[in-house]
Amino acid sequence: MASPEGIIGEQPLERREPQNLGLLDQRFDANIITTTLDKVFNWARRSALWPMSFGLACCAIEMMAAVASRYDIDRFGAGVYRATPRQSDLMIVAGTVTEKMGPVVKRLYDQMPDPKWVISMGACATCGGPFPTYSTMQGVDRVVPVDVYIPGCPPRPEALLHGILRLQDRIDQMSIARRRSV
Amino acid sequence: MAIVVDRRLSLIDRLYLPGILRGMWITLKHLFRRKFTMQYPEERWTFPEGFRGVPALVKDQEGRVKCVACYLCQFVCPPKAITITAGELSSGNVEKYPAAFEINMLRCIYCQLCEEVCPEQAIFLTKDYEVAGGKRTDLIFDKEKLLEIGGVRQDPIMKWAGK
Repeated sequence: MASPEGIIGEQPLERREPQNLGLLDQRFDANIITTTLDKVFNWARRSALWPMSFGLACCAIEMMAAVASRYDIDRFGAGVYRATPRQSDLMIVAGTVTEKMGPVVKRLYDQMPDPKWVISMGACATCGGPFPTYSTMQGVDRVVPVDVYIPGCPPRPEALLHGILRLQDRIDQMSIARRRSV
Repeated sequence: MAIVVDRRLSLIDRLYLPGILRGMWITLKHLFRRKFTMQYPEERWTFPEGFRGVPALVKDQEGRVKCVACYLCQFVCPPKAITITAGELSSGNVEKYPAAFEINMLRCIYCQLCEEVCPEQAIFLTKDYEVAGGKRTDLIFDKEKLLEIGGVRQDPIMKWAGK
């Protein structure tokens, strides 16, 4: 296992384009078949975002509240919390990421199958929040690329649902067609 | 001396059907009860008076930025989310103005200490909480953005009126 110094970067990682990793991916140009397939694939991916049950601190309590019947995250298809990274599409990093936990987060992210997304929930996960200390990682985007940042300390359950809706908008932009090189 | 209790199940218990039916009856009852779920994007919570959302700068009724760049909010901010750069005014009663005023919404914990400490009542916490963004730079709000969120708030003190 690499040392934490080798994993934890100093600069935040850029947002990563999700990989389709299918036989069709990047094979064809955008035409009527690929764009129709995109619609089907994106609908499926958007409507069944399985998050990994991953609570690090108090934000996880709000995440649990979002799953409960008042807010009911299942209405967006994102309520099937999996206990293993192998079955999940979405990683909701909810809470303070310490320097010791960072490599674990990175390993769990690497174990998730593509396409995968990361939501950074709360001030601590996005940038360390009120803990600018030696032991707290100043943002989980130093180890994993984050798709949606949700500020708040902790964010309301509605704010998490709003973040998931923003992520669904982002998934809708995905395409299996060959990307034009600029 | 251990006491051995006979825990053999009766025929009804072994069938499991009465237990299942009892459970399904509770499920069925909940089907006809009042719905508990709030349909979030369509239906919103009405927040009480003290709800703390996104902080924002406000202008007074004459369109002046009320902030005088005293750095109190930057000093008091627990997660150090506020960054002010002061500019100097040559005329008028106000000597300083914020040339740049940035709040890093990623760090902000909505604690309302900036509103409490502000001597000019220039910064307020709104009831907005939907500020998710895709990039870090999207969530660092500058002065224009903060004024746009805050809007105009009547100044009850009228400190600079007639001067």
